[in-house]
Amino acid sequence: MQILNKGTQIDFMGKRKIAMMLSLALVIGSLVTLAMRGLDFGIDFTGGTLIEVAYPDAVDLGGIRDVLENAGFNDVQVQHFGTARDVLIRIAPRADTASAKLSEDVLTALAGADPAVEKRRVEFVGPQVGDELTEQGGLAVLYSLIGILIYVALRFEYRFSVGAVVALVHDVTITLGLFSLLQVEFDLTVLAAILAVIGYSLNDTIVVFDRIRENFRKMRKGTPEEIMNASINQTLSRTLMTSGTTLMVLLALFFLGGEIIHAFALALIVGIFVGTYSSIFVAGALSLALGVSKSDLMVLEKEGKDVDTSP
Amino acid sequence: MNQYPAWKYLLISLTLIVGVIYALPNLYGEDPAVQISSSRGTALGESLEGVVETRLADNKLTVKSVERSEDRLLVRFHDTEDQLRAADVIKEALGANYIVALNLAPSTPGWLQAINALPMYLGLDLRGGVHFLMEVDMDAAVHKALERYSSDLRTVLREAKVRYISIRIDKQTLVFKFRNAEDRSKGSDVIHEAYRDLQLRDVDKGGAYLLEASLSENETRETRKLALQQNITTLRNRINELGVAEPIIQQQGDSRVVVQLPGVQDTAAAKRILGATATLEYRAVDTQHDVEAARKGAVPPGTRLYKSRDGRYYLLKNRVIVTGDQIINARSGFDNNSGSPQVSVTLDGKGARKMLDFTKENVGKPMAVVFIENKTTSRTVDGKQVLSNHKVEEIISVATIRDVFSKNFQTTGLDSPEEAHELALLLRSGALAAPIRIIEERTVGPSLGAENIEQGFESVVIGFLVVLVFMALYYKVFGLVADLALAFNLVLIVALLSLLQATLTMPGIAGIVLTVGMAVDANVLIFERIREELRNGNTPQASIHAGYAKAFSTIADANITTLIAAVVLFSFGTGPIKGFAVTLSLGILTSMFTAIMGTRAIINLAYGGRRLKRLPI
Repeated sequence: MQILNKGTQIDFMGKRKIAMMLSLALVIGSLVTLAMRGLDFGIDFTGGTLIEVAYPDAVDLGGIRDVLENAGFNDVQVQHFGTARDVLIRIAPRADTASAKLSEDVLTALAGADPAVEKRRVEFVGPQVGDELTEQGGLAVLYSLIGILIYVALRFEYRFSVGAVVALVHDVTITLGLFSLLQVEFDLTVLAAILAVIGYSLNDTIVVFDRIRENFRKMRKGTPEEIMNASINQTLSRTLMTSGTTLMVLLALFFLGGEIIHAFALALIVGIFVGTYSSIFVAGALSLALGVSKSDLMVLEKEGKDVDTSP
Repeated sequence: MNQYPAWKYLLISLTLIVGVIYALPNLYGEDPAVQISSSRGTALGESLEGVVETRLADNKLTVKSVERSEDRLLVRFHDTEDQLRAADVIKEALGANYIVALNLAPSTPGWLQAINALPMYLGLDLRGGVHFLMEVDMDAAVHKALERYSSDLRTVLREAKVRYISIRIDKQTLVFKFRNAEDRSKGSDVIHEAYRDLQLRDVDKGGAYLLEASLSENETRETRKLALQQNITTLRNRINELGVAEPIIQQQGDSRVVVQLPGVQDTAAAKRILGATATLEYRAVDTQHDVEAARKGAVPPGTRLYKSRDGRYYLLKNRVIVTGDQIINARSGFDNNSGSPQVSVTLDGKGARKMLDFTKENVGKPMAVVFIENKTTSRTVDGKQVLSNHKVEEIISVATIRDVFSKNFQTTGLDSPEEAHELALLLRSGALAAPIRIIEERTVGPSLGAENIEQGFESVVIGFLVVLVFMALYYKVFGLVADLALAFNLVLIVALLSLLQATLTMPGIAGIVLTVGMAVDANVLIFERIREELRNGNTPQASIHAGYAKAFSTIADANITTLIAAVVLFSFGTGPIKGFAVTLSLGILTSMFTAIMGTRAIINLAYGGRRLKRLPI
């Protein structure tokens, strides 16, 4: 079975202007929504208390709000979680030190109103811990980008390296933009997913770059643009195949993995779409725009080629 | 062409066999069990099994098996109902010297246990339980240390007849105010003489003669370290009271403690117990009356009967010589002369005077230290947790007064450095206690944990099956080979996770699912290459060879970059995120092995060295 014709000849590079416009529009759009609406940071980053409870039957959120308000909790956010029987209660961080005790009080109040309530999950993050996680999270993304930049620069050429990292920033920005647009909660697991997207999208880009490097050395004739086109076409079937299988398992995770893993799976699904697109249109096109040429890669001839690559 | 040497086949088969063996324990279920360990870290009594078994038999409870290991006794049951009833029965029978905890013990067969093959270690989000991150208030620890110094230095200055206006604590320094420079210099000398650990600095501000005293860097570091250590010890002691089967109490950074209590649901009780307080008292031992008589009920007036940690009884006088808050410090070390372990205790001025008065008249007599802890214990009565508060008083040390002493003294005659260390910690916990507070809590209920496992498992299986079918359809026989490698890969990931006893979390499962999707990438790269080579008119054998050879560096590059992201994730990550990083990294490594070497071995075996017209790819 083969999905693509044997030798696809799509002129990807010829469409790079359109692709650039699209990417630019998406990135700008993402930045705008990030600036306007921001991200809906979960308590991992903001600090606060989160309580998930379950009832045997569907419950009315208004009733729960009333119970909590009567118990003196005015600043709570109550919503269903997955099903109408599960309820998520969020309490903003408080300055007093007794905030670790809040969850106890909430559960007592709820149990007083309806003893059938079952505690599913409690998360309390002190404001200080939240700040640290935010800082560490930002640093983690930064460090992995730097690490990758260095690796690609060593293995390929700095123009490729810049192309790859810009593609990654592009992917991360758009994924974040979608999270901002849909106001899906951004928690630690989503951050982990973003880092996985970085790894994955790069994986795709590297495969294309590898082929570009090989073709630059092998194809005597042809402009850089033609060589890039040929390389992308040659790897296209693999790119779509791998994205396809990964998407399949992610869809399984999204639909079957449960509510907690939902946002995580969503981030990865979006990331893989954007990552596949960017490794075809953004990374190569950008290296081309930066003026990558045959001679840049010839110098590296010794590397990789003579090494015994048999597994 | 395309033939592997025998050692490669051997290596692959060996890896597969070892992988299967170490993944095997995960297929066995768990037994509800009751775990009994000593609450003092001492050896379990020889007769313990007998006592437990008779008691359980008396109550008509059937035991599946009883296992004894170095520090615990594990009693397995057939169902949870028996387990719960048995736990209550055993608790009642054994009393406070043993920790009786409910546990789910993996029912791994003995031969697997013997080679250390255990099931994967499930994180709290999968098995349910509480995770606390606690922080020791280090500023308060230093403040308390300064407070003790200040009350003591008042006395020191008064006794040396140095006049001062005031002493106050300003943040991390003690500020003395003197009338003139002469008083200040005298005061400075006296203070330096009494406490060499203090750093002194003259400050002239607004016409006032100030002297600032602060803890030396060393001393501050030591104070912080001790405060943390002492809190960890106290937490450990208290968690023992909770009866948790596998608690984790770990230092994190230089001021934090991670506490993980698998299976604990009643967080309110856990918080109360972790927040209990302790004090201690030095008392004189009554040597005139008979302890045995007192044990039978004839306690002489003015005395009380106490039990020591090692189970002996002593009569102590009611008068308290020194209390815990008068202890400035206690450190374990070695006697300069004999080299035997000892604990050096420093008292504040008030305590020193009392100690001097007492020791003057009691040289040659024994003195005891009583450790008093306000504990909350939980018991299960009719399926409900009942909490009770009570004061536990026990003797932690009895020593003979060799000489008259006041401020500084040593407790010697300790059996081991460990004992000295333990005693010093206990002495400090009555004194140095720096407040500790919860700054992060994550509790997962048992139903959610079970659901997470179920959903995680389901998504792994479905994702795996979909990829299997897809690969087989797309690459025919070669696809089936890749499928075998993928299954092998899954086995290896599970085996490695079990072997390393790395914590498996929900994001960790997501990492496995993701790896399943990505692991076929290597095969896709290889197979696409082979197809390409065939299209270019190469022979099947040459195409297989070229496909593997050319795809290799691409696969390595692609995987190394993903690995970079995973390693960063690991070094930054907390708890669940770390789990994701672990499974992702392991998955990348194992997939390189299975997808390249594994598939090549099968393909070589099937097609290598044969005349082929076409390849089923």
